[in-house]
Amino acid sequence: MARRTHDIRRYPGFLPMTILCLTLLYAPLIVVTVYSFNASNSITNWEGVSLRWYVDVFTGVEADKYKRAAWNSFTIALIAATTATTIATLAATGMIRSGTFRLRTLSFGLISLPLMVPEIVTAVATLIFFNSIGFVRGYTTILLAHIAFCIPFAYMPISARMQGIEDSYEQAAMDLYATRRQAFTKILLPLMMPGIISGFLLAFIISLDDFIITNFVKGAGVETLPTAIFGAVKQGIKPNIMAISTMLLAVSVVMVTISYFISKSDNAK
Amino acid sequence: MGNTASAADTVAVSIDHVTKRYGTFTALRDISLTIADNEFFTLLGPSGCGKTTLLRMIAGFEDVTEGEIYLFGDEIETLPPNKRPVNTVFQNYALFPHMSVTDNVAFGLEMLGRSKAEARARAGEMLELVQLSRFADRQPSQLSGGQQQRVALARALAPQPKVLLLDEPLSALDLKLRQAMRYELKALQRETGITFIFVTHDQEEALTMSDRIAVMSDGRLQQLGAARDIYEAPHNVFVADFIGETNLLEVSVNEVKDDRATCDLGGGYILSCDAVEGIGQGAHVHMSIRPERLFLSDGPTEAQSLEGTVRDNIFVGTDIQTIVALREGPDITVRSSNSDRGNARIFEPGRAVHVNMEAGAARLLVD
Repeated sequence: MARRTHDIRRYPGFLPMTILCLTLLYAPLIVVTVYSFNASNSITNWEGVSLRWYVDVFTGVEADKYKRAAWNSFTIALIAATTATTIATLAATGMIRSGTFRLRTLSFGLISLPLMVPEIVTAVATLIFFNSIGFVRGYTTILLAHIAFCIPFAYMPISARMQGIEDSYEQAAMDLYATRRQAFTKILLPLMMPGIISGFLLAFIISLDDFIITNFVKGAGVETLPTAIFGAVKQGIKPNIMAISTMLLAVSVVMVTISYFISKSDNAK
Repeated sequence: MGNTASAADTVAVSIDHVTKRYGTFTALRDISLTIADNEFFTLLGPSGCGKTTLLRMIAGFEDVTEGEIYLFGDEIETLPPNKRPVNTVFQNYALFPHMSVTDNVAFGLEMLGRSKAEARARAGEMLELVQLSRFADRQPSQLSGGQQQRVALARALAPQPKVLLLDEPLSALDLKLRQAMRYELKALQRETGITFIFVTHDQEEALTMSDRIAVMSDGRLQQLGAARDIYEAPHNVFVADFIGETNLLEVSVNEVKDDRATCDLGGGYILSCDAVEGIGQGAHVHMSIRPERLFLSDGPTEAQSLEGTVRDNIFVGTDIQTIVALREGPDITVRSSNSDRGNARIFEPGRAVHVNMEAGAARLLVD
């Protein structure tokens, strides 16, 4: 009844505003994707469809540099996401499954605060921290920084999921002679799996495309894909950058799709 | 309050001066009762009366603040839930959503270390018992509420617990199904010989299924007894009011003699009834008279009666309720069967009638 008159689609300017927003959001991505298949040396002139820049990424003069950067990016993202997800799962279990305790609200605040802190501040702070303890910058410093800032991203979907799971499942398990550990591994963990996978994928993506913190804590000679791309762009944008960007975009789309379907297949209902 | 379990019966559960406090809030005050083996025992009371807390303490989900709980003579307070030979049917069933029906039912036995084959075979038997064999491979979400309820029952019964705890298991079902399940539960209890401790706020449910009922309110045990005794001989105002419908009249006791009490209802009405221990001459108490133990007539009969005027008739299907105004005090409700056999007749509003009392219908209550 009320829906008809208050239908947002009937508001004046709804359609133009929608088109404007969609254009601003997606036009650049579409341009990059389309021009990554350009046969031209120029990034603006269209000279026909070709995969030459994709070939160039893997076999060209800069191929080794990008392969190393990609390897770093993926291994760091994998290890950081795995570690952060494990920590976030344990943190969620501890904070949500132990009833109310003193400083509970503070704990929730502390674990999600990094999401609100400007990234540049975290980057500078992390750099100062590594310097002050005399840690040599390189692969390890990037990895440690990534683990740290991935935790709140992994924590959000995991804790949201856990709050949706009633205590009675674990109680039923223990009532049926399961030990605390069995109730966790056989009941709680499987029920939490969609949240854990979402948390992992989110952490993975966040780690994969992080630039600011990585740029601050990386040592000389160690690059991830975002820092390598940034370095290359400083000397002018070549079409192979578009090919790399398009591939990164594809990875993200795949991950988000997986995450979507997993959260849709809700097994706790 | 008599504990009517005879000495020959084995005691399944013994609650000994149990108190439960949450901070400053006292959920249970000094509860003592024993539940016999093979008994269908019901904890009945309104929400917040502590009945579920007591059940959860037996299951091991809540600590005991004071007192002891014994299971077949063994003190169980220090045992975690998984070490107690009791199983629970949860209010929301708590079926594991990521497991099939069979896996749910077999879970308890597997946790007890039985082989997978044995556990599944036993699960099959249990599903047969609750007539759900066809659904063995389904997921719980593919079952109706009533079917889920039976899976929860089968799951809790599969490990052959010494005591089965049921936490308002019928409350989520619709009326017809709920009524059918009452008989099924009762039959299941007789068939398995397992002690059932059943928690409910539904007095009809309690009356139809239970061997004995413990009525609770405000964390206190109000009355303990056989279903019939609780209904026919309520101990206090709370029990009389909570179980079934009743007429509650304020009376003052004029005289107690030869186990009979003469009571003044005011307005010149005098009734005599059985004396109750603890209510002496001069006491101001309540009297309970069940509406179905009253009958109407035009003139006086041999029974004790009160004169009044018919105010209204209410048709409630099986019965007709007649509201009668007295000279003083609250209206009185009379229930007569909607059948010709009892020479039921309608007394039109405005008519002067006698409200007659069957012997033993009036009962004095302590407050």
